[in-house]
Amino acid sequence: MLTQEKQAPELLEEKKTISGGEALIRGLLKEGVDTIFGYPGGAIMPIYDSLYDYRDQVNHVLVRHEQGGIHAGQGYARASGKVGVVFATSGPGATNLITGLADALIDSTPLVCITGQVFAHLLGTDAFQEADVISISAPVTKWNYQVTDASEIPEALAKAFYIAKSGRPGPVLLDITKNAQLQQFTCGEHTPCYHVRSYRPKPIVRKEYIQQAAELINQAKKPFILWGQGIVLGSAEQEFKAFIEKSGIPAAWTIMGAGAIPSDHPLNVGMLGMHGNYGPNVLTNECDVLIAIGMRFDDRVTGRLDKYAKQAKVIHLDIDPSEIDKNVKATVPVWGDCKETLPLLTELVEAKNHPEWLQKFNDYAAEEVAQVIQDELHPTSGEMTMGEVMQQLNELTNGDAIIVSDVGQNQMVACRYAKLNHTRSNITSGGLGTMGFALPAAIGAKFGAPDRTVVAFAGDGGIQMTIQELGTIMQSGVDVKIIIVNNQFLGMVRQWQQLFHERRYSFVDIISPDYIKVAEGYGIAGKKVSERENLRSALQEMLAHKGSYLLEVMVTKENNVFPMVPQGCSVSEIRLK
Amino acid sequence: MNQNHIDRQEFNITVYTEHHVGLLNRIATIFSRRKMNIESLNTSPSEIEGIHRFNIVINETEDVIRKLTRQIEKQVEVLKVYYHTNEDVIWQEMALYKVPTDVIAEKALVERLLRENGARAVVIRKDYTVFETTGHREETDNLIKVLQPYGLIEFVRSARIAIIKGSEGFNRKLREFERAEPGSETLENEYLNSREKIFSM
Repeated sequence: MLTQEKQAPELLEEKKTISGGEALIRGLLKEGVDTIFGYPGGAIMPIYDSLYDYRDQVNHVLVRHEQGGIHAGQGYARASGKVGVVFATSGPGATNLITGLADALIDSTPLVCITGQVFAHLLGTDAFQEADVISISAPVTKWNYQVTDASEIPEALAKAFYIAKSGRPGPVLLDITKNAQLQQFTCGEHTPCYHVRSYRPKPIVRKEYIQQAAELINQAKKPFILWGQGIVLGSAEQEFKAFIEKSGIPAAWTIMGAGAIPSDHPLNVGMLGMHGNYGPNVLTNECDVLIAIGMRFDDRVTGRLDKYAKQAKVIHLDIDPSEIDKNVKATVPVWGDCKETLPLLTELVEAKNHPEWLQKFNDYAAEEVAQVIQDELHPTSGEMTMGEVMQQLNELTNGDAIIVSDVGQNQMVACRYAKLNHTRSNITSGGLGTMGFALPAAIGAKFGAPDRTVVAFAGDGGIQMTIQELGTIMQSGVDVKIIIVNNQFLGMVRQWQQLFHERRYSFVDIISPDYIKVAEGYGIAGKKVSERENLRSALQEMLAHKGSYLLEVMVTKENNVFPMVPQGCSVSEIRLK
Repeated sequence: MNQNHIDRQEFNITVYTEHHVGLLNRIATIFSRRKMNIESLNTSPSEIEGIHRFNIVINETEDVIRKLTRQIEKQVEVLKVYYHTNEDVIWQEMALYKVPTDVIAEKALVERLLRENGARAVVIRKDYTVFETTGHREETDNLIKVLQPYGLIEFVRSARIAIIKGSEGFNRKLREFERAEPGSETLENEYLNSREKIFSM
């Protein structure tokens, strides 16, 4: 009896003593993590050693470069709405994450990145693969923290997840020294975090501002809604739809907000910004009340600020107080989570239609179709265009696919023309404009939304920046459709050189490898199409193919994306050619 | 640009933070990313245990300062940020002056010098004497001029510290922060309240 009594607690104690590495993996499982994108290395080996014991409970995707890993994490988060998790080792492993962190911060993508770090006693000694990751990553993370003792791991991890996904989401980095990963300690139950005293994820909704906003909207003759990714991040798609449908207000989107309501919704008047649609840009400077929801008036959206919507009263709904008045002064600021504020506003706005005002958008749209879109999407002669590739794809997927675009002309074409029936279907590097984003992000998106068709839409420049991730596809067996629209140029830079630098094509002529052979080397099926008559069947073959497929489409070399608001011009000075 | 320059003035930014590694860096980069210089920076424990207080002096326009303070407040470990003009705060800087004792004792009317400059002697040794004074920049500058002829050996000035004239302290606000569900008194509303006076519809 006595010995039993003595032994029992000891045994229990023994069971509870685990390594920091194991505590981390257990914590991740408790947070509901099912997929990790990572790359092992010296300083993160104890975590990987623990991961080995849990390899049946969590899927680790071995990437080919840490940048690929973090973009995959972003794609996963954007497609699934969950937090993306990324592992990297110390030093170069961690510094390779920086581009992705900056991208995730500016695009408000929830990520938890775990980096290994040298032993705590070696910090600051220029140890092998030591980099000051906390300092380097500070400006590009929402929060970061260095763990030097295993006992900190459970709380730090819970806090990391809470901060990453709450309020305006963003990337969080935990830098864990090797000794902390190895250290045995008594680990309690994982407790999720719900409160950090210095952190206010959501401002309190102030009813009087909802009231004022509703009054402005109800008096408005020409109200206009701009929406951004905030709708998607706040899972407020239904609330948003209810709001626009009751108020009858035409609504346009930033590329980060694309797909929050379907492309063919009658009140969806199109894309904002530099390469956005004609009507939304011109009419920004004609509306009387501008209602911005979950968007931040990026310079690519506003063009010249001192000539931006000066005639309009501005209502700005945002969860992040630092966005209010940052670029455009708000007449009425509605701080808060749009999932809470939109229903309050919907209740107070009068049910209306604005047929004449909406008609203006439709008139501009018709002009844009005649002057730009028809030739881009349905050319009958000449070389192929990027637009017709997207158009054919739309017809074949019926708008149900997730489109992951890269950066440049391909991105603008994808965002302008992709038919999106569902939210979380347009994944692109909006704020940072990271070339090489599409391929790894598409891989992540497929893991995040395994039941959906995921298409990476990239140019011949961007694809070469992260092409090594074909190896990730090969090893993981993930099913991603890759379209390379090849114009044999760094097309967007070339377009600017043509328009603004007297066609001085400075280093934009880029040579591609034989992509089909490269794909073949990775065991990925592929095809190259140069003739229009083969495009549709090739796309059909790609979509029908079981597993990943790479389709290279040769498109016209010197095509420009229009309309365009030239830099330094007002949105109403948008050019159709 | 010119107009911008004219509108610039000194602002005293007060930041209440958790005492965490790396936070100084995070706050500093908010200025450095805009290529802005910090005129003066003081960080020290506040009256509340575990909470630090930064006093930052920046020469800028109010519009920029407002954006900066919100970006500072957005940092996870920052509790609250205020900004004030010089008129809204009582501020002081402290200065220490080291002079050779023999010269100062022989040549200067030490007593008058100290009284006129509100200074006091902190250390008097055979070889040197250290005076201390507090005040605004001009006052501490002035004593440098006075002591220079007597062979000023070393001089150091602290960062500015400032007390906010209209403040009711931070204790009550902190209790509010510690509640998981904040009440209507929480701080973000302060801006909205004063905003009504600035913007009318």
